[in-house]
Amino acid sequence: MSIRNFFTSRTEPALLLAAVVFAGGAWLMPAWLAFLLTLALAKALVVLGVVIQMRAGLVSFGQALFFCIGGYGVGLAAQYLGIGDAFALLALGTVAAILLALACGWLLTRYREIFYAMLTLALSMILYGVLVKSSALGSTDGFNVVPPSFLGWVPEGDARKRTMYLLTVLVAAVAAIGFHRFMISSLGRVTEAVRENEIRVDFLGISPQAVLFVNYVVAAGVSALGGGLTALASGHIDPDMAIWTTSGEFVFIAILGGTGHVAAPFIGAIVFSVIRTFAIQEAPHFWQMTLGVVLLALILFLPKGLWSLVARRSKKEAAA
Amino acid sequence: MSSFFAILIDGAIYASWLFLVAAGLTIIYGVMRVLNMAHGSFYAIGAYSAASLVGWYFSGEHGNPYWSFLLLIGCALVAGAIVGIIIEQGLLRFLHGRDEILMVIVTYALLLILEDVTKLVWGVDPYFAYQPYRLLGQTAVGGSLRFANYDLVLIAVSVLVGLAAWFVLNRTNKGRLLRAVIHDREIAVAMGVNVNAMFAATFAIGSVLGALAGALTAPAISVTPGIGVEVIVLAFAVVVVGGLGSIGGAAAGAILVGLSRSFAVHVAPEFELFVIYGVMFLVLAIRPQGLFGQTLARRI
Amino acid sequence: MTAILETRGLTRTFGAVVAANDLNVSIGQGEIVGVIGSNGAGKTTFINMVTGYLPPSSGDILFDGQSVIGRQPREITRLGMARSFQVAQLFPKLTVLENALVSLVAAEGPRPSIFRPLDTPERRERADAIFAEFGVTRYRDALVSTVPQGARKLVDIAMALVSRPRMLLLDEPTSGVSSEEKFALMDTVIAVVRQHGVTVLFVEHDMEIVARYVTRLMAFYSGEIIADGPPRSVLGDARVQELVVGHHLDINAVLGAAA
Repeated sequence: MSIRNFFTSRTEPALLLAAVVFAGGAWLMPAWLAFLLTLALAKALVVLGVVIQMRAGLVSFGQALFFCIGGYGVGLAAQYLGIGDAFALLALGTVAAILLALACGWLLTRYREIFYAMLTLALSMILYGVLVKSSALGSTDGFNVVPPSFLGWVPEGDARKRTMYLLTVLVAAVAAIGFHRFMISSLGRVTEAVRENEIRVDFLGISPQAVLFVNYVVAAGVSALGGGLTALASGHIDPDMAIWTTSGEFVFIAILGGTGHVAAPFIGAIVFSVIRTFAIQEAPHFWQMTLGVVLLALILFLPKGLWSLVARRSKKEAAA
Repeated sequence: MSSFFAILIDGAIYASWLFLVAAGLTIIYGVMRVLNMAHGSFYAIGAYSAASLVGWYFSGEHGNPYWSFLLLIGCALVAGAIVGIIIEQGLLRFLHGRDEILMVIVTYALLLILEDVTKLVWGVDPYFAYQPYRLLGQTAVGGSLRFANYDLVLIAVSVLVGLAAWFVLNRTNKGRLLRAVIHDREIAVAMGVNVNAMFAATFAIGSVLGALAGALTAPAISVTPGIGVEVIVLAFAVVVVGGLGSIGGAAAGAILVGLSRSFAVHVAPEFELFVIYGVMFLVLAIRPQGLFGQTLARRI
Repeated sequence: MTAILETRGLTRTFGAVVAANDLNVSIGQGEIVGVIGSNGAGKTTFINMVTGYLPPSSGDILFDGQSVIGRQPREITRLGMARSFQVAQLFPKLTVLENALVSLVAAEGPRPSIFRPLDTPERRERADAIFAEFGVTRYRDALVSTVPQGARKLVDIAMALVSRPRMLLLDEPTSGVSSEEKFALMDTVIAVVRQHGVTVLFVEHDMEIVARYVTRLMAFYSGEIIADGPPRSVLGDARVQELVVGHHLDINAVLGAAA
């Protein structure tokens, strides 16, 4: 059996084990750490959306669009529809994003390379422009999200932080396994073929645009899920969720982790969040510079991201 | 009627500012195929160096206040050229010919680095250099409308920059070579054009233009951290609308975006930002190569 | 013999250049047709129009009696017409196996599943059978970008045949392949297509290859077909020798070497 095959069968148990360890940690770690990891895992879900587009050869500089839609979907539904349940809110935000993606996906997936990057950027900035000027939604300040209930239970204080953390671990675990399957699915692998040679895919009888469209909608859904979790966990949403620098951060994390495996964006997001927490305390004026230098170093020396370090070691072990 | 004039003149002022910001960006893309995110930083560096220098000039008795205009332009030339040459020679020349989207990410990294560099050099407190702006006074148009003369001069400067770029590209030998590179790099290389030297020069010119836009804007705004990040996506909108790599396109894009925004500001201010990116999205959707761009054929 | 491919008044211009001028071609089921012509004669333009990559300026293309004008390449592939490319069009950063798996899933239908995996034992088995048939088994797990030119061409053709097409268009199958390898490559391809009864039209520069494998030969010159018939008569034609081959051809030597 080949190395690759061996991995496929090992990935899902490994993801489950990681989820159990993370969940178990909820009672051991301080609340601030649980909060930090909650936001990191939520971010990883957004990045997962960027990653599956990158696997198809497309770089979205506007994934914050769906991050923001997910967040505002949750916030607005809690505020104006009186929905309190966290699961229902997340589902609503995600559905909203999927509907939007269905509407603009056909147009977007006609574009490639920098045109795709610029169009996705323009779309997210349109949302940003609308939100900033909407005084009903708090303009630039945004608004606070009503604390959610979890199947009828409304925890307070640290208990809420831990519950949010557990919910996020659960969602992330389900998403990770689901996206692992998506990445090895027929469509998931065909997106790679589209990246490599779109014309050949067409001549083999498959519409590249249709493949990219499905991929785009799936990416929108998972990114909105990350946005919804972020809104619930932080208790606040504002237009900066949609601004292009937020998208830039997601692209950064995608490159940091790599696109070779479903675990890569999770590793990337956690490393990113931990470093940022300390960097902002210790040297706030060097944070962006650090990001920039790391990004350049990654592009020049580790183009496949942190995941390639993990993969390289595993391959050596398997070969030994 | 007066509001029509207001929209028109405000639009022209905004368009000329947009053109100044976008001109360098589009030249660099046209020649090097680098959509340079760090252009926002060149703008910020130009603005900061101008604001600090003009502030120093007016803080004591340094002679005729009108010399401050030369100061604005001079420091943009120096700062833009230095930063541009360092970046091109220090990093980008090792990445010539790489994937366009990768270069967007590389220059994004540069933008992040330069953002903090400007904070380290100039701190985080705002800089003001309003004196040159005040110096020129105002003009009343048709009774109720008043425009700052500085803004009106900006229109003239912008037209001058555009004409100069046109002249260099169409009427000088170096410019013709540049156009050959823009048109078909492979053939230009085969004909013996020194592409590396041309890239270095182009990048320096582009960064000087970016810094100049910042320096000329400095007297009209408070110079604070983050202006570069704000400006770069506006510049993207302009060059994408006009057609990447085309000077004429940048002008057309600036006029279209400038007038649309000015219209929104006067008629429906809540749509100010929406309009800019809405225009960008619409143009891309209908004519992805932009108003003045050329289509590229696919090849098997 | 019923025509599987027919063109009527097929014309294509690029500005002032006429790449195809009123082409009326009829190809019967099971024929193996060679197309020769100098560079720019319109051979690839013809294939590109027939496969839906390039819209003709005017005229009609009938595949199996049905017009395919205005159809996308993928739709024409689904009707049963496949093609290979002058420069092998593969997925360079995927392995040979993965390339084959993608073509297998494409042959199953236009909508790949987002739930079921690409790599299944059944598809693997089929891929292995194809590799054995084409003699590329040893490259199975190598990245396509690391595989030699000749093997790449074979994989390219094998992938076109995966969908069990009724007609196969080959654009210079031996270009870029060493002269030692080219006959082996063509022997393999022709054996496979004969076995499945596939109609073949192939563009070729190499007269030895043409003489050896085709049942019918068409000579293109500046967008027109100047000769069409059995290889012996086409290659013996004085205009073909002057305009296409470029020198006097000793047909008996060529055909003798081929026989």
